[in-house]
Amino acid sequence: MATVETRGLTKVFTEGKLGAVNDVNLLTREGEFMVFLGPSGSGKTTLLRMIAGLEEPTRGDVLIGGRVVTRLPPRERRIAMVFQSYALYPHLSVYKNIAFPLRAQRVPEPQRRPKVEWAAALLGIGELLERKPRELSGGERQRVALARAIVREPSVFLLDEPLSNLDAKLRASAREELTQFHKRIGTTTIYVTHDQVEAMAMGDRIVVLDKGVVRQVGSPREVYDDPADTFVATFLGSPPMNLIDHGDVLAGFRPEHLLPAALVEGPAVSITVRVTGVEYLGNERVLYARIQDGRFAEQRLIGRLPSIYRVEIDEGEVVRLAIPEHDLRFFAKSDGRRTAPRSLAWQ
Amino acid sequence: MAMRRGDRWLGAAMFVPALLYIVGLVGVPLILAFLYSVGDVTVGSVGYRFVGLANFRSVLQSSAFRGALVHSFVFTVSAQLIVIVGANILALALRDPFRGRGLVRFLILLPWVAPISLGAIGWKWMLDSIYSVVNWGLARLHLVKPFDPPMWLGEPTLAMISVILVHAWRMLPFSTVILLAGLTAIPRDIPEAAAVDGAGFWRTHFEITLPMMKPIIAVALLFGIIFTFTDMTVVYILTRGGPYDSTHVLPSYAFFAGILGGSLAEGAAVSVFLVPILVLVAWAMLRVAHRTEVV
Repeated sequence: MATVETRGLTKVFTEGKLGAVNDVNLLTREGEFMVFLGPSGSGKTTLLRMIAGLEEPTRGDVLIGGRVVTRLPPRERRIAMVFQSYALYPHLSVYKNIAFPLRAQRVPEPQRRPKVEWAAALLGIGELLERKPRELSGGERQRVALARAIVREPSVFLLDEPLSNLDAKLRASAREELTQFHKRIGTTTIYVTHDQVEAMAMGDRIVVLDKGVVRQVGSPREVYDDPADTFVATFLGSPPMNLIDHGDVLAGFRPEHLLPAALVEGPAVSITVRVTGVEYLGNERVLYARIQDGRFAEQRLIGRLPSIYRVEIDEGEVVRLAIPEHDLRFFAKSDGRRTAPRSLAWQ
Repeated sequence: MAMRRGDRWLGAAMFVPALLYIVGLVGVPLILAFLYSVGDVTVGSVGYRFVGLANFRSVLQSSAFRGALVHSFVFTVSAQLIVIVGANILALALRDPFRGRGLVRFLILLPWVAPISLGAIGWKWMLDSIYSVVNWGLARLHLVKPFDPPMWLGEPTLAMISVILVHAWRMLPFSTVILLAGLTAIPRDIPEAAAVDGAGFWRTHFEITLPMMKPIIAVALLFGIIFTFTDMTVVYILTRGGPYDSTHVLPSYAFFAGILGGSLAEGAAVSVFLVPILVLVAWAMLRVAHRTEVV
């Protein structure tokens, strides 16, 4: 087991342009499940590929287990990687796919078989060893890719969007399986995804990336409840955080914190809005509204009302809503960063 | 669906040129070759008398023919071996982008796009016994004696080697292009996964890349075999089968015996010898093509 560290890691593909990854400093904890989360083009995969040794950094260093590996080829880094496409060797049987890393390490044949069988059993694919990859379903392929990754007991696991090729139903169960799997083997894992649900559900910590820059590193709770800037605030959460223009700051609050005034206890800010649309989603209602009058008139808001509240709200209605004060977050308008809370006069 | 009468006529009319073309240019000569091979036709005669397998018996007894048969195999196998290994190396070198890759690709393709007779004449000069630029270069490097250089086209073994090398030079671009297509069709993830799994260049190449390219290599190889087995240009221009028939292959021997020697029947019998071999190769080719479709 080992930690992964990056020091000022930068990748510039086109000279003179902004890099795909810019000055990234990260340090995983021993056995941590760290998630790189960002929209496409945020540099998360490039960052992972530099840690794997598949991409050469323009500047900076990668350390695995405290050792600088920046100039080492992938095979000398004691890592295993699962690719988005799984990258199984199509001409080899499942057994030979899983045994390949062992062969590459010159593990003698008699010691190979028990290891392959151990890995296959761990992932429940012991029955498939003689099949070819093309005879497997998406979920089975993903397990083979995982088995191939763990078979030589790497010190670090790198996973590049391994669930994105599965259908939605399978994805949820595979997510939970991956979490269990990580708990059992306890290897430091870096997981790249653009899916915030995966990130929130699986990550010990989430690294939010945008345009090759780390915006925030923190536990799922931290990045969701205490976003470091407006990018994190609006990228996480669906629908995204409401941001209200308030002089030199932006006041933000999550849609689920915008509730009918009667339901909110304690200190709260209340506003009158005109409901412009209601979406009934079964477990909740999504409200689209505009602030009725006062200095913020006509600003758009989105609210989420869990179905346990049976309050009647219809399109076109004018209602009074409120946000608990401790759920308000403030961001500087100039750079989008978090600033100190202040009292708001809404109307 | 029933076709209208007019449509059927139009369809037939559109189809006829292709049919005529195939019958006229492929069918008739093939049938003639079979007929000639069992007749007594010569360039000067007008009659035709069936002689059975007499022509085959007579060519089989000729040592020149048996030599040509052996040379054909040596020529094809060695040239294809060189081409496949060379094309693999070139395809690997040309896969990843580098400065001037387009130019290098163009240059490598040149031997294929230039008329083979021109290329072969160029090589004839370069390998000439007196003016050979190859020997000049080797002499400058002190690898051969300036006054006793190798006779590239004048000694049986050297002549065979020269013919094989020039033909390989000519076939190389074709195979390179095919293998390059096969190589670029392999998803990038797969060699990368092999690299992460701990495989070095050789293991990745021989255990992952080459097996994945097997179908496309088979296609290149089978085309190459047909092109080489039926080709006589290089032999004809460089050596004319000489010295002492030591470089004759079946097509050149058939041409010399049938056209230049005047014994059409004998030439036809030699050509017909090629048919079963080529049918076998064509069958293998279709099988491979079919298999790659299925996978």
